[in-house]
Amino acid sequence: MLKVDEIMNGVVIDHITAGTGLGLYHLMELEKLGDASVALLQNVRSQKTGKKDIIKIEGDVSKLNFDVLGYVDPQISITYIVNGHVDRKVRPEQPKRLVNVIKCTNPRCITAIEEGCDHIFALTPSGRYRCIYCEQEFKVRP
Amino acid sequence: MRHLIDPLDFTLEESLRLLDLADRIHDDPTAYRDVATRKRLATLFYEPSTRTRLSFEAAMLNLGGQVLGFPDAGVSSATKGETVADTIRIISCYADIAAMRHPKEGAPLRAARYSRIPVINAGDGGHSHPTQTLLDMMTIRRRKGRLDGLTIGFCGDLKFGRTVHSLIKSLARCKNMQFVLISPEELRVPDYIISEVLDPNQIPFVETRSLEEALPNLDILYMTRVQQERFFNEEDYVRLKNSYVLTRDKLALAPADMAVLHPLPRVNEITLDVDDDPRAAYFEQAQNGVYMRMALIMTLLGLKDPKTGEVAFQC
Repeated sequence: MLKVDEIMNGVVIDHITAGTGLGLYHLMELEKLGDASVALLQNVRSQKTGKKDIIKIEGDVSKLNFDVLGYVDPQISITYIVNGHVDRKVRPEQPKRLVNVIKCTNPRCITAIEEGCDHIFALTPSGRYRCIYCEQEFKVRP
Repeated sequence: MRHLIDPLDFTLEESLRLLDLADRIHDDPTAYRDVATRKRLATLFYEPSTRTRLSFEAAMLNLGGQVLGFPDAGVSSATKGETVADTIRIISCYADIAAMRHPKEGAPLRAARYSRIPVINAGDGGHSHPTQTLLDMMTIRRRKGRLDGLTIGFCGDLKFGRTVHSLIKSLARCKNMQFVLISPEELRVPDYIISEVLDPNQIPFVETRSLEEALPNLDILYMTRVQQERFFNEEDYVRLKNSYVLTRDKLALAPADMAVLHPLPRVNEITLDVDDDPRAAYFEQAQNGVYMRMALIMTLLGLKDPKTGEVAFQC
């Protein structure tokens, strides 16, 4: 099995649905992290789900937007590592609103033609995100 | 200041108060002819809809107000690339209230976020048409005397039919309702209507392909047209457009006190020989629409009912 070193300071984003890690990488804009080291592991063996993706980030993560993880997959876990030890493990909360994080893809939506129109998604009671303008559900396929 | 963008923007209680006012107007329209003197309604129609636009304009004129606006996008600044946000900022300088129809879903909400005057959604693409919902509710209540304990059949295009979605959402708030959803497989009601409206409210419903089987059990039959403009694919439209046709013969299967509603215009989904049947309520709907829009304009403008000395509810 592929071995990636444990990290000393940073985060481990675990239990990512297999096949969606790369999309998540771009969604979180990890390519813009600067000096931090980032490892993306795909199709790692998982007892719970068979396989999963994992992202490990070594370095300063203070500017990262973890909110996006909440809508991608609430099952994802985020483990903060400090000096080689687990500092805390959290599950991302689902933000009530997402502004310009994801785009509405409905060609009939006003966001498709209106210049300067923010793409705003609201969390529904059923845990889904809908565009506030056209109410189309956003299906995550990162 | 409030807007009417989504059929659920008003609570059920507020909607019923609006229906009460519309009923009072229905019974004595001349008492309301000077209620909105010197008020102006802007009708901003980015796609042609003679029926709805004229209904809004008739409503404002009946209240003694004035109207201004444009009947389609071709004569507006939209052709020059002006945004909805900019348009409503400008219209706010000219009018006291605006009714907007737009082919893009969510355009009236976008306008409301930038408007200094109340905005009424007069239909946004296949999304929502809240004043149609209110006039549907008014017609059902006037026909059946109540808005609870009814079995309502929706027939035709339940996928793209915005009037159907809006009415289901609104009636789901009433007690003891049952729905019969009659459509071809391809035009079934969207899953979210079931998972987010019907199931959470524990509303009994059945989906069926047969209008004939459903008819004997209905209090209301809400017919819809398969709308060509909602299809990207001409072949699909041609294949599905004649899925259901209500004829006088089929109507014989229905209870004598059932009411047939249709948002209009119809093409061929209700044959002409049904028009004379006392169960045909679709022309009443159009008349009720004017009274309903009069009530709505009054309420959003905070104008008192001369009969009661009060506004329907505070906006």
